[in-house]
Parts: sequence; C-alpha cells; structure tokens
Amino acid sequence: MSDALNIVKDTTLTYPQTLLALAKLGENTDHTIRFSDEYYTAKEEGALCDLNEGNLPYRPRYICPDYDLLFAKGCDFLGIEPPKDLLEAINALEIFYNHVPSITCYPVYLGDLDHLLEPFVLKEDRAFAKKVLKLFLLHIDKVLTDSFVHADIGPQDSVTGRILLELTEEMQLAIPNITLKYDPELTSDDFALACVRCMLKTAKPSFANHRMFAKEWGEDYAIASCYNGLKKAGGGFTLPRMRLYECSLHAKDPEDFLNVWLPHYIDLQLEYMDKRVRFCVEESNFFKSNFLVTEGFVKQESFTGMFGLVGLAECVNHLLNIKDNKKGFGMNKEATALGLRIMDAIDKRVAAHTAPYCDAFDHRYRLHAQVGIDTDGMDDSPGTRIPIFAEPTMLEQLEVNEQFHPYFPTGTGDIFKFEETYEKTPEAILPIIKGSLSRGLRYFSGYLENCDVVRVTGYLVKKSEIEKLRQKKQSLNNVTIFGKGAQDGAHALDRRIQRHEEDHSTHQ
Amino acid sequence: MPWTAGYSAMKKITAPINRIIPFSNVDGPSNRTAIFFQGCQFNCRFCHNPETIHMCVHCGECVEICPVKALSIQDGRVVWNKELCVNCDTCIRTCTRSASPKVTEMTVDELLPQIERVRPYIQGITLSGGECTIYKDFIIELFPRVKEMGLTTLLDSNGSLDFEKNPEILEYCDGVMLDVKAADKDFHEWLVRHSNETVLRNLEYLLRAGKLYEVRTIIFPGRDKDNTDTVSYVSRIIQDRCIYKIIRYRQFGVREEQQRILGDDTTDEAYAKTFVELARSLGAAKAYLV
Ligand code: SF4
Ligand code: SF4
Repeated sequence: MSDALNIVKDTTLTYPQTLLALAKLGENTDHTIRFSDEYYTAKEEGALCDLNEGNLPYRPRYICPDYDLLFAKGCDFLGIEPPKDLLEAINALEIFYNHVPSITCYPVYLGDLDHLLEPFVLKEDRAFAKKVLKLFLLHIDKVLTDSFVHADIGPQDSVTGRILLELTEEMQLAIPNITLKYDPELTSDDFALACVRCMLKTAKPSFANHRMFAKEWGEDYAIASCYNGLKKAGGGFTLPRMRLYECSLHAKDPEDFLNVWLPHYIDLQLEYMDKRVRFCVEESNFFKSNFLVTEGFVKQESFTGMFGLVGLAECVNHLLNIKDNKKGFGMNKEATALGLRIMDAIDKRVAAHTAPYCDAFDHRYRLHAQVGIDTDGMDDSPGTRIPIFAEPTMLEQLEVNEQFHPYFPTGTGDIFKFEETYEKTPEAILPIIKGSLSRGLRYFSGYLENCDVVRVTGYLVKKSEIEKLRQKKQSLNNVTIFGKGAQDGAHALDRRIQRHEEDHSTHQ
Repeated sequence: MPWTAGYSAMKKITAPINRIIPFSNVDGPSNRTAIFFQGCQFNCRFCHNPETIHMCVHCGECVEICPVKALSIQDGRVVWNKELCVNCDTCIRTCTRSASPKVTEMTVDELLPQIERVRPYIQGITLSGGECTIYKDFIIELFPRVKEMGLTTLLDSNGSLDFEKNPEILEYCDGVMLDVKAADKDFHEWLVRHSNETVLRNLEYLLRAGKLYEVRTIIFPGRDKDNTDTVSYVSRIIQDRCIYKIIRYRQFGVREEQQRILGDDTTDEAYAKTFVELARSLGAAKAYLV
C-alpha cells in the first residue's frame, strides 16, 4: 500500500488529521533543501532528529502574534475592527486563531488571555462574562484540536484569570495548555493557590519563572506549545534536536565525546537550522506576503531558532558505563557533573555560532530541552530530565533540575505527580514552587495521580481519550496519539508520585 | 555556616533521629520538614510505628537477618549502613522490643545542615516521633537556630512533658500539635499504658499560652462512650481557638495482637463524621475529619 493510501484508510484518523498527514506527505516529495552527507548520516543513526518538521519550511515552526496590536488596530486582511466589547473581542480572537499557522497547523500561542480580555470582562456582568468565556474555551477545545495550543495568564491576579481557572476545573478539557507567568512579588499567594488547586485537578496551569523569562526575553515574552519561551510578535523558526544518547554511541569515553563527537553533532544541527531559517525567510512566501507579517503582527527579526536536545541522562550514563539509571544521572554527583560539563559545552558552542537573521537575539539561537516524542521509547528522556522509574525524592529531583533549567531560554520543564492528600493541602505545594523557582527552576508542572487530564511530557491528554485510541476509536485531539505512544513506549505517565510516607506518624 | 559559629565549645547534646521527611504536607500547615525522634514513654495499643517506641538494646537479633548486610555489630553496638540499606524493614519486623536499628544519633550541628538544605522549599519544621519532647534540651538548642533561618517550629507531642514547668521549650516554638487520646483516666491508662493527667493539664495550659496549634483525637470502631467522652471533653475546652483533627483508627502497622483487641478494620467514615458534628455542636468550630 502507498503511504497516502495507508493514511486515508486509517480509521483512527479524523478528517483534519488525515488532511494534515497527506499534506506532510506532499511536502516531503520536495528536496530543495540539501544538507551535507554527514548530516544525513547523523540523521540515519538517530543522533539528530528533525522532529518531522517537513522538507519545506513554508512557515516558522512557532508563531506568537501580537494580539495587543489586533485589539488596538484590528486586522485589514481579515476585516476585523478593534473590538469594543467582550463578544467582539472573543469573536476577533476566534477568527484570528484560524489564520495563525504553526508546525501543527494550529496556533501554539493564544495570547495572555487575562491581560487581553480583562478590560472587556470588567464591563460585563460576571455571570455573563463567564458564559462567554465558557463558550470560548469550548470553541478552542473543539476547533483547535491540538494540545500544543497554549494560553498564558498572570502574573497579576484578575477577574478573567479567576474565571478561566474556574472554567478549566469545571470543564476538564485538555486544550488549551495554560501557563501562569509566576512572580511571587507580582502574583498574590491567593491567586497562585487558586492556580495550584486548578493544576492538581486538571494538570494546568503550569508555573513559569516570570522573573527568569522576563530577564532573558524582556516582558514581552510568550509561553507557547509545551513550555516554549519565545518573543511576542515573533516565535521560533525551527526546532531540531540532538538525541544525546545516540550522539554518545561512537565516543570512547567522556573526553572523546566532549572533544570530538559533541562538536561534530552540534555543528551538523546548526547546519540544519541555518539552512531552514534561510529558506523560511528568503524563499517561502510567509515572511514576504503573509498578513501576519505585512500587518506587523509578527516581525521577522523577533524569531529565533530553537536548538533542541533530549537524552542527557542516558548519554551521561552511557559515557560513564552506568547500567542502572537509579545509580546514574541525577542520583550520582559524578554523573550530574558530567551532565553540566556537556551542557556548558553545548551552550558555548551554540552561543559562538552566528545565526542567520535572529536580529533580536544578537544573531544567536537559543537552547531548548525537547520533551521527547511518542516514538522515543526509553532511550532518550525528555531534555535533561531524570529517567522515569529512576526519579529520586522530589527534593533531589528539584535540586538537579535547578542546575539545568537556566540553560534553556526557549523552554524546559519538569512534571511532578502528587498523591491524593495534596488535593486538600495545595498550600503545601506553593512553597515548593516558590523555593525551586528562586533557585533556578524555570518551569514547574504538576497533577494529581487520579486525574483524567494528565501531562504526558509537556502536553496534556485525557487518559479516557488514550483509552479510546486503544479501542481503535478516533480522538478529536491530534495529540492523544502521542500520549498513547509516550505511555506505551516510555511509561511517561508512570513517573514517581510525591506522597507523604503513609506510616510515618506514630500518632495515626 | 553562620549558625555553627561559637558552638564548638559547647557540650554536644545529641538525640536519636529515626527519620527525616524533607517534604511533608500532613505534619502541620504548608510544606514542612518532619523530623522523627526515636523513643516514647507511652505505649499506645494503636501505635502504627511501634518500632519508634523503644531504644535499641543492641541484642543483635536483626543483624543476621538483613538481606543486604546493612547491619553489623561494632564494639557491642548495632551499626546501620544507610547507603547499603534498601528499606525492606525486615529488621523492624524481627525486633521484638519495638525498636529499630535504623536510628542516627545526631547533634544539633549535624541536623541543621539538613534543614538548611530544604529551607528554600518549606515554611517550617515539625518535630515528631516517638516523642520529641523527651529530648527537650536538644529542642531548646535547635529551635532558636531554626527560627534564625526564618522557619516556623512546631512540636508534635503526646503531651507527656509538663509544658508549664518547661517554658524554655516553648520560647522558640510556634505551636504544639497535641494528641488527646482519651479524656477518661482509666480508658487512657488502658489504651496508652500511661496516665493522662499531664496531657489534660497541657491542653489547658497550651491554650492559655497561645501555643496550641491543633489537637487530635482518634475515633475507634465501636467505642461509642470513649469516643464521645474524649471528643466532648476536648471540644468544650478548645472551642474555636484551635484546629481539632478527628482521625479514624487505621489498622495498618498496628501490632497484630493489638489489632485483635482494637479491630482489624478502619473506623467507618460516616461514624467518624458524627464526632466531627458532635465537636462542632459543642463549639469546636475548627473540627474536621482527616
Ligand atoms: S533493633 Fe531490636 S532486634 Fe535489632 S538490635 Fe536493636 S533491639 Fe535488637
Ligand atoms: S530495612 Fe533493615 S533489614 Fe532491610 S535492608 Fe535496611 S537495615 Fe537491612
């Protein structure tokens, strides 16, 4: 059977999923962009992975439009006037979202919704505003059917933020992903606690280290897709990843890896990025004629390339000949120290490379700890995470993360699964978040062990939807299939649970 | 490390630490580090960590049985190798003296760095046990230095130490979580094998001193009168001035012979709730079921 025929016969694909798969197939018949032979070898070996971005970058991978501009001046191309009330504002967004492309075809950044909508919400009766927002969220879940669709809230408390949290809890939807831009000085404890409560029950919002992001990107940053830090009115051109475990397989020892193989693969990934960025800016129609560009909703100079990597833990353990993950990276000082040396080396080499375009970033790419894809299996843990089944206590896990998160302005994060008693004690989680962010953690996600909406490696799925796929039924969410793959291959949902030790009090 | 300055000349007080839980959400408000001391003067029938009651007598019976050779005898004392231990608890099940070989004698200076490590993530510490107040000199030395770190300090106590006569222990203590296991003298003596006189005095004293953070009472299956007596007694005294945690008896970890007496099943939730209602009706507005 031809690939196309396979796609159209697959009964688990919805219509849009079928269409997207066929489009990708068509795109990949072109081979205009050519890479060096070494690059193809590295790809073949599995050392480098292009995340199936497709052969022709006809739009940047991630786009974060300036929605403030939309509300200020409207959009000529779409015939949208600046909204005057909540209904017009929602309508403007819903229309606009459908015209924001991305690698998945869906908008990966919906805006800082509380900030955008608050002036309109305040003019309405609360119950009416809540009803409108409810329909808005329903629209997003059913039309933008992809968990990489992401909305931001915070850092300040707001009526809109509160309503969005209430609805998130009531509606239990996987889409959109939500991030709280959290700054203990700007975010009240009360609002942060409301976010923790919501997170425990729905796996969102996650907590982003606002101070850290704002320092690196300026206040006008967006958290998009899984947990990706990007510039508003900009985005990410491309995101390939080094699979560090596979990169380490030729190395005789850590020094051989650091001196020979690591630079080799870094340079090949940079070659890939440079060529794609150039094509996207110079050849494709996006930066020439797309209304997002011509009307100023995005600026080409505010895009950068995202230099991704996975599998640091497995790479280190392989280089040190550690067979048992429980004795390796994250659990063992020597292994963690080697991890830091590797990260320093990657950071330096990427920072020394002059990237085409990326003007707002001093012509530099930014590192990204990629969350893994469904087919990774157990060989490569997401980014710099400690492998599932080998996680130490939460304290130790945070201490390791805090050392690695600062390397990744375009995103990294870790996920903590909490035992049920935390449902009654959300105030026990907030100090953990505060403490870890103050010590360098970039992004904190959590959920309660018995939730339906759960976080797989960065994105959200409903366990009940994974079940549907197991029974060979369709799932509206494009991402459910990844969640199933990540659970079947990498046990992504079996991460350690933070539980109080049941037997620890003599007082019962 | 500033807190160690000037202390080296002092005589070293130590305490046996059974375990440290860096992140606990059930030992007081917010996220806390819970530190469990070894040893207790009470011998509650329902104790579900009986291995914390007595001190090890170094009889050596558990040493041979450890599957990973984490226990050894050195100079007539049992020594536990934490690195080798896989926490299978075979030693604890073997010990017939309600003790544990997995206890570390620590000085305040040895304990403080462990608290400092967790400090950014916690609101405070809770000392528990066993019975922590047995080591009151240790606590008197520890607490001011924990307060210096900007942390809160709670004691989880069986109420056997007369707090009125030991005001120094409360000076740097933010509150006590007090177990009132039974109001009736005879029932208490049967249940705990110790008098409750001091406990009840402490209940009133701590309340007066503004140091009572919470009171806890366990509801036993089928013991209507005892449950009612205790809950009524406590509720009338505390009113809405502190939290009152009503806890269901759980059989897990309770010694088998005691399970035969107290029951091998958890107290029914609906039954336990009637005591929360009783407490509230008597004015203990902050009563709730755990
Ligand atoms: S823990 Fe118990 S069995 Fe082991 S040496 Fe001590 S008293 Fe003996
Ligand atoms: S729990 Fe006890 S028996 Fe088990 S490994 Fe540790 S010391 Fe040995």
